[in-house]
Amino acid sequence: MLDWADGLLRSFINPYYYGVLVTIGINIILALSLNLVTGFTGQLHLGHAAFMAIGAYTAGLLATKAGTGFWAAVLAAGLMAAVAGVIVGLPTLRLRGDYLAIATLGFGEIVRITLLNLDITGGPFGLRGIPRQTNLPIVILAVIFTFLVLRSLVNSRMGRALIAIREDEVAAQTMGIDTTRLKVTSFTVAAFFAGIAGALFAYWFRYLNPSSFGFMVSIELLAMVVFGGLGNLLGSVVGASVMTYLPELLRTVAPAIAERRLVFYGALLVIIMILRPNGLLGTSSEQGWLEIWLARRRSRSPATTSAASGQVPPASTGGAGHGPA
Amino acid sequence: MALLEVKGLTMEFGGLRAVDNVDFVVHEGEILSIIGPNGAGKTTVFNILTGIYHPTAGEVVFRGQRLNDLKPHQITALGIARTFQNIRLFREMTVWENVVVGAHTRLKSGFFSSIFKGPATRREERAARERAYRHLEFVGLKGLETVKARQLPYGAQRRLEIARALAAEPKLLLLDEPAAGMNAGETEELMNLIRKLKEQNITVLLIEHDMRMVMDISERIVVLDHGRKIAEGTPEEVRRHEAVIAAYLGASARAGG
Repeated sequence: MLDWADGLLRSFINPYYYGVLVTIGINIILALSLNLVTGFTGQLHLGHAAFMAIGAYTAGLLATKAGTGFWAAVLAAGLMAAVAGVIVGLPTLRLRGDYLAIATLGFGEIVRITLLNLDITGGPFGLRGIPRQTNLPIVILAVIFTFLVLRSLVNSRMGRALIAIREDEVAAQTMGIDTTRLKVTSFTVAAFFAGIAGALFAYWFRYLNPSSFGFMVSIELLAMVVFGGLGNLLGSVVGASVMTYLPELLRTVAPAIAERRLVFYGALLVIIMILRPNGLLGTSSEQGWLEIWLARRRSRSPATTSAASGQVPPASTGGAGHGPA
Repeated sequence: MALLEVKGLTMEFGGLRAVDNVDFVVHEGEILSIIGPNGAGKTTVFNILTGIYHPTAGEVVFRGQRLNDLKPHQITALGIARTFQNIRLFREMTVWENVVVGAHTRLKSGFFSSIFKGPATRREERAARERAYRHLEFVGLKGLETVKARQLPYGAQRRLEIARALAAEPKLLLLDEPAAGMNAGETEELMNLIRKLKEQNITVLLIEHDMRMVMDISERIVVLDHGRKIAEGTPEEVRRHEAVIAAYLGASARAGG
């Protein structure tokens, strides 16, 4: 089924764009998962590439040294990264703001340098001989799976608690939210998906080198999330797509800019921060004012003025007929 | 019956003794106010009761259980909820979502049911949202459910804080200067609201600077000054208490009465 879909896609997408699309898909999974931690839970995380690296090397080693099958290796990559997420998250997520950023940055470097110095990973020579088993249909499925799981998660009791932590951690605690536990959970889920993205990466490029998972990769992922909109899942899809494709486009149109893409990213982020501080797809306050105006008009119907009506659980459910969003 | 017992409560920050050997009891069903000049340690007491601070010495017992070493979320689960002096809403969330977050400890859905929403989870979500709408109607915010919290006017934000705290289904509700910044009319509505809470069998512990409101609504008052309890009693007793007059007006005011 997947092979058939792959054949179909390959019949009308040229190999170059096919490769670009696979890369975009992998970056979407990474950006979505980073958004859960940074956009929804509000924890600045500068080491996401490390989880990707753990997933990539887990899958790569299983494939080359143990002969594990593709799906089992992908799942193992996700789980391995999730375990790393718990181990790193437990101590670091007690830190706040700048301290957390520095701790996650340090974690990212530790992982990269460890991979560089281990024998089993091939050190600076990298890991070779991974079969190419990632294809576009698989990546598309993985993107859809990630998106649906995360969308469901952020629109739930747990997701609300994560957003509450972002908005005001002390108030969230006081409302009965176990903030440490939920932050670690959010970190672990994000690590799991980053691990899966790493495995897909390994099975696509067939060669792994620690330099593919450096600090700048984490920063690029963060730039995608901020560009698309913190706390907006669709924004991460758009952000990852644009910021993956744009350098490719510029490479042919304006190679001079493509070589300096990091400068270009910086400029792009500054412009976004000025024009749309909540990201490309983030809400703007104008829309908000429209909402409040509409809500006031709606409530201007008679007998809704104040608390005059009584009991905590009164019989009427009032405006509750909207149902869950 | 004692709902909450505070015994020998002391809180030190370095060399500063913010709360100094304070005792008081909150009886079930009453409205008890804590008053005192700025810096008397009132909010510090609230922060200890809700587990944000752990006391240096002394004991807090709520319905027979010691709270000293519990975390804030555990204390909320036991039945204490609060509002904040400087409003701390989840500003980018909608009004109804703020209230549902308040009900966090009363909802069950865990990690996997949050992702794979089965019928039970969907039912729980719908019921939680309906309850939130009722709490909002109760505090007078009907019609503003889907607006973001930051867009509410100041007085409405204070009421939303109360609705959010009520969603936790507390036995004891701590209100930290709920009338701050309100005009006379708004304060009047707030007092009606607090009286209705009492009818709902919710015990209220109130910090407030608006003396008209405190004297009107409280059944008993505890007075703190420089971290110490200097008086306790009915509004009438406290109003005439020498130490209280001295703390508020300065010692020389005693002569003039």
